[in-house]
Amino acid sequence: MNLSVSYYAMLREQRGLSNEAVETDAATAGDLYVELAREHGLTLKQEHMRVSINNRMVNWDEQPNDGDTVAFLPPMSGG
Amino acid sequence: MLQLTNSPIDPAALRQQLVDTSSGALVTFEGTVRDINNRRDVTSLEYEAAEPELAENEFAAIAEEVRRRFQIIDLRCAHRTGTLKVGDLAVWIGVIAEHRADAFDACRYIIDELKHRLPIWKKEHYADGTSKWLMVDG
Repeated sequence: MNLSVSYYAMLREQRGLSNEAVETDAATAGDLYVELAREHGLTLKQEHMRVSINNRMVNWDEQPNDGDTVAFLPPMSGG
Repeated sequence: MLQLTNSPIDPAALRQQLVDTSSGALVTFEGTVRDINNRRDVTSLEYEAAEPELAENEFAAIAEEVRRRFQIIDLRCAHRTGTLKVGDLAVWIGVIAEHRADAFDACRYIIDELKHRLPIWKKEHYADGTSKWLMVDG
């Protein structure tokens, strides 16, 4: 399937871009992160992050579908 | 309910949105950029936000919890994005309620939750030329 993947803040800097098209067979959002972290040397741990699919916060075991936008969200620091 | 803005926040305009004759209390919180954090001289802050729709969805979830926990009438929140200087207003929260206790508690709940749940990230720039993305702070 083809996904659009977004990165923010420190993760965006590590990856060197804000978003990219990814072709993957990852079964879950968590598997996708593991795959991309390995490929690009991303060091942020999944347990410190959150993930959204199509602008909705989801659990790491959520399954993305073809055409979805997945965003990886580093530890937040608003306010 | 949530306004993400790249330009200065206007508290007076937000306050005008919180008018209700049954309201007996308005509590507001203004978060500003301070000059020292973790003993380092801060010169500016940079806020990066995720897609507005994601931030709005998460803020709506916080607002729903607030309405469940406290007797409030209405609330508003504005959060800056982009580069801010020391002293600039970064976040504004306003809550109206019939009684002050709920307005205070709700306002406190919103800022505490927002810090670690709204998809917004803060990068501090220091006087020595370095910078750092922050995790949730106090």
